[in-house]
Amino acid sequence: MAMTMHVDVVSAERSLFSGLAEFLVAPAEMGEVGVYPRHTPLITRIKPGTVRLKLPDHDEEELIYVSGGLLEIQPQVVTILADTALRGRDLDEAKAQEAKQRAEEAMRDRSASMDYAKAQAELAEAVAQLHAIQRLRKQK
Amino acid sequence: MAGGKEIRTKIKSVQNTQKITRAMEMVAASKMRKAQDRMRAARPYAEKIRNVAAHLSHANPEYKHPFLVKRDSLRRIGVIVVTSDKGLCGGLNTNVLRMVLGRMKEWEGANHGVEICAVGTKALGFMQRMGASILSHVTHLGDTPHMEKLIGPVKVVLDAYNEGRIDALYICYTRFINTMKQEPVLEQLLPISGEALGSATGHWDYIYEPDAKAVVDELLVRYIETLVYQAVAENIASEQSSRMVAMKAASDNAGNVIDELKLIYNKTRQAAITKELSEIVAGAAAV
Repeated sequence: MAMTMHVDVVSAERSLFSGLAEFLVAPAEMGEVGVYPRHTPLITRIKPGTVRLKLPDHDEEELIYVSGGLLEIQPQVVTILADTALRGRDLDEAKAQEAKQRAEEAMRDRSASMDYAKAQAELAEAVAQLHAIQRLRKQK
Repeated sequence: MAGGKEIRTKIKSVQNTQKITRAMEMVAASKMRKAQDRMRAARPYAEKIRNVAAHLSHANPEYKHPFLVKRDSLRRIGVIVVTSDKGLCGGLNTNVLRMVLGRMKEWEGANHGVEICAVGTKALGFMQRMGASILSHVTHLGDTPHMEKLIGPVKVVLDAYNEGRIDALYICYTRFINTMKQEPVLEQLLPISGEALGSATGHWDYIYEPDAKAVVDELLVRYIETLVYQAVAENIASEQSSRMVAMKAASDNAGNVIDELKLIYNKTRQAAITKELSEIVAGAAAV
């Protein structure tokens, strides 16, 4: 039997693959890397692409799509920390900008949008008062 | 004395409320199970990333990432406040917000400024009312939290840390212990303490591609994001179980109210019958 290594492909939201494999190809940042068991320890970023796994007793390769992340290789264990979202400096920056803007807007119209909850509470109070008044009238 | 009809309407309305609370209880129970699964599904990633981060920080003593360096002066503090989007979940949000408020007062007393990153509508509304300085916020995460929505708001906070606008970062959320028990916790995210990462195993080192700095930078950002994600996932599980318990209590209370009202209703009815009978008897006797 060929040598195998343990491969974990995990993302923050769920585990994508966990098991033994004979060979693995991942799209590393500096080019594709092929990994056999007893590879020297290596850590690198990976680009969006497919990870191919050769599983023992299977002729076909297992394909897993990852949208980037980190690849950590140890002699017997390979871990792929996959991203669940498309990442990139620009993309992240855009998201941060958007978040910042929203925060600023929220700060600016403190009075307008914010107090939906407060208005709701006031409305409930007014309704309760009306009920009370109606009840008082009935009693008279 | 209240009339029979009025009591009947009252009973009906309480019964309707009970139906709603019971339905909410069941919905929360089924969502809770899924939320717990998701919370557990996020754990392996967090664990793996922590292991690698621990190894990296020990293996590279020459490069200290700013996230790992404790700053001498503490001027401003960032807090990520995680709450739910909806109410009707018992004291969940109140407990978290009370905890944050207590800490904020403490910090402000010590002359530290506080910056907020609000996750969830309740946190945002509360912080706006308090007039706190909000760096970023995210609301309407839904039942399945997605990393994608958290990246932006978290990056704003991390950037603020890198630029020195905040010198420490905390996160406050409700930790899920079990279905009956959830407790608010306040944890420090930044600077990352050495103990949180644990000690390194062995004395070997990786080959880095392209270089150690780039990998470590990216890894630590992911690490923080994962911790935030984990907190959000845990908060959602807490929210659902807390709502389930609260709605169960509400259904039980509605049941008690209905019983009491029924008793009153029957008593009134009996009294009316007795009165009528005695009137008839009295009338017959008079003849």
